[in-house]
Amino acid sequence: MSGLRSWIARRLLLGVGQTAAVVLLVFALTEALPGDAAVALAGDQPDPARIAAIREAMELDRPAHERLADWAAGLSRGDFGTSLASGRPVSTYIADGFGPTVLLALLTVALLVPVGVGLGVLAARHEGRRVDRLVSSVTLGVYAVPEFAFGVLLITVFALRLGWLPPTAVGYGTDLLAHPAALVLPVLVLLSRPVCSLARLVRAGMIDALASPYVAQAHRYGIRGARVRYAHALPNAIAPAAQQLARTVDWLLCGVIVVEALYVIPGLGTVLMNAVAERDVPVVQGLAVVFGLATVVLNLGADLVARRFAPRAGVAA
Amino acid sequence: MNDAPLNDPRFPGLRRRGFLAAAGGAAGLGALALTGCGGSGPSAGDSHKGDGKPRRGGRLRAAFAGGGASETLDPHLSNLFADVARAKALFDKLADYGPDLSAQPRLASAWESNAGLDRWKVTLREATFHDGKPVTAQDVLHSYRRITDPKKAFRAKASLEPIDLRASRALDARTVEFTLKRPTAEFPNVLAAFGAYIIPDGAQDFDRNPVGSGPFRFVSFAPGRSAVLKRNDAYWDGAPHLDELEFIVANEESARVNALLGGQIEYAHELNPTTARAHEGKGQIEIVRLRNSAMQSFAMKTDRPPFDDKRVREAFFLIADREELVDGALSGAGEIGNDLFGKGYAYYAEGLPQREQDLDRAKALLKEAGAEHLEVTLDTSPVAAGFTEAATIFRDQAAKAGVTITVKSGSKDSYWKDILDSGTLCSYRSGAMPIEAHISQRLLTGSTTNATKWQHKDFDALYQQAQSTRAEADRAAVYARMQRRLHAEGGFLVWGFADWILGTAPAVRGVETKAPANSLDWARFDKVWLA
Repeated sequence: MSGLRSWIARRLLLGVGQTAAVVLLVFALTEALPGDAAVALAGDQPDPARIAAIREAMELDRPAHERLADWAAGLSRGDFGTSLASGRPVSTYIADGFGPTVLLALLTVALLVPVGVGLGVLAARHEGRRVDRLVSSVTLGVYAVPEFAFGVLLITVFALRLGWLPPTAVGYGTDLLAHPAALVLPVLVLLSRPVCSLARLVRAGMIDALASPYVAQAHRYGIRGARVRYAHALPNAIAPAAQQLARTVDWLLCGVIVVEALYVIPGLGTVLMNAVAERDVPVVQGLAVVFGLATVVLNLGADLVARRFAPRAGVAA
Repeated sequence: MNDAPLNDPRFPGLRRRGFLAAAGGAAGLGALALTGCGGSGPSAGDSHKGDGKPRRGGRLRAAFAGGGASETLDPHLSNLFADVARAKALFDKLADYGPDLSAQPRLASAWESNAGLDRWKVTLREATFHDGKPVTAQDVLHSYRRITDPKKAFRAKASLEPIDLRASRALDARTVEFTLKRPTAEFPNVLAAFGAYIIPDGAQDFDRNPVGSGPFRFVSFAPGRSAVLKRNDAYWDGAPHLDELEFIVANEESARVNALLGGQIEYAHELNPTTARAHEGKGQIEIVRLRNSAMQSFAMKTDRPPFDDKRVREAFFLIADREELVDGALSGAGEIGNDLFGKGYAYYAEGLPQREQDLDRAKALLKEAGAEHLEVTLDTSPVAAGFTEAATIFRDQAAKAGVTITVKSGSKDSYWKDILDSGTLCSYRSGAMPIEAHISQRLLTGSTTNATKWQHKDFDALYQQAQSTRAEADRAAVYARMQRRLHAEGGFLVWGFADWILGTAPAVRGVETKAPANSLDWARFDKVWLA
């Protein structure tokens, strides 16, 4: 397994490099946006003297590379810096927003795998027949609906018309677990598109795997159909799907921004949007680090899974 | 400084906080005024379903677009509507704005000036802070000194600029003598300025335990989520009816509406005209329209071509079809403007003829000015509701007069700064504030946010004359002169005044309907009760 270990080490190093690159890029992009935190804070009262005073108070009058170096030095001590807009530590922003977002993401992924894989296998088993056509057309249709519209639709039907579920998570703060009903619709919206892409991938992989010589061989040995499907065919079909699953994490972030706004869930997506609008560079960078590392770790995990299940597919390091 | 926030769509469909006052908007996204005196609280006749005897008790949850995790309860940092709503529940100002944006006494029970109008004696009413200590002259001076600290950039600093705080003093525990840098007949407007809240002398931790003299006391605060307050039984203006008040942040308009429809909140601030139309008179929720809340206009820079020629400015006034702009950009939720700020406010020049579209006259004026086939860039941005719509409607109207307008959309986060000095024509809006404040902030040579570059020594002199005139009738005459000039050749093409739309649950009573956003009775919950 030493080969695997050095592969993981290489991947992790690469990941740290990628995260650093992302942070640099984010910093450059935020700096390139018109206006800075002082301008954003001054808002509709852009008195030049006031902006200058805010800038000075925020130390924005120092050169960009100095501010970046200071922030990076703090980060190496585990200090994410302080928000320009409020003066509160960036770590509190991340800590406060982390819970709701991770809860949504975990619930989504936990449901995504069985539902996506189940639908994919179901469609593959009935390839070309009515069930397959139904699953394929529904997944394609739902995939085509933007999350925002889908979310509004769900609220209108299930919350306002039928009254089954609360329309938003207003007033529940971060204690979402105590109000599971408020989580149903947001998770449904988050699931909508990844389930579709995952089901279609699994279906394609399963159809290939079911048509493969080793599955035919397993059938000749008299192994039962379900066992062939799940023990022999599915692992081969899962490899591309696992990698797709990791890719959905980046997607989850975008979905989370929409869902948090629509259902009033105060998570990281909301924090990020506010921070960008406020040009609150330290907060944006802190989030870039968190998101960058999460993406690196999850993709690494996905590649490990793919390697484990389909070593012959030759996963690139 | 007194600006009303409007919202900013963070991305299409997501409307966010707006700034309160001056120029802009929710996100993004408030100003005040004074008039007569004393009375406060909506009279039963004016308020929405205000009949019946107020019932005590209950918790009201109010949703606003807010500032997210960077919010603070420091009243002097108020920038957004949500900030002001929370600040006015916890704190008081010496004065505040009535429905016509004139100063009404609040913590101050009376004010009088010397003959020269540059020294004012302000008497405080008997009031106590939440910690039981009385509100004193020392607290007032401390609050104003904090706001004007040169190292800080509090929003109200510019409003308090006329005060010479070093020369001002406490005559006794409940009397402050303000020495001013120059005669200021409208000094009460300063006391009511956006963000000029009175805090107790000494340091305090606003996020953990803000102490004010307002109608509600602090219970808990989670930035970007909620602030919970409870009744202050000792409030000088009568204890609130509600047991508890919770402010909830929901930046998305549809989320506020859905939460209201679903019974999760009782009060939703800042709704779209289309939402209002869909639910008005259906009985599920009550729609409240606060008239004259936001001036909608195009600002022409009068110091550079083509608008340095007043004939071109007049031609633009005549190009606008105001009804079409109000119907199209505000979905009809508003009324037309007459190129003057402050419709319905004290000193507004009611008597001037309403300007109508006259394309032939506009073309003739442009020809006279040698500006046929004029090409202009109109800067706009999604910083405020209706901006981009109004820009495209106006572009089409201008085409009928042979003027080519190119609409250029800019960043909403830095919009107000971007349009202050650059460009020639831009979308502009303003929350409610006294007409005097509008002039002093935007239309004098030394104004800090003079987006129309209206810089005329004789106009400055008229403003000083008004501020040095003791008799109100004489002052009104000077304001009328200034407005006649602005109407004839000013830089603001004021085409409309948008309603501010609120939604409330049917059980909510006592919400004042005659209260432009930023005035005293707007977002005021001490007179509200749950039936």
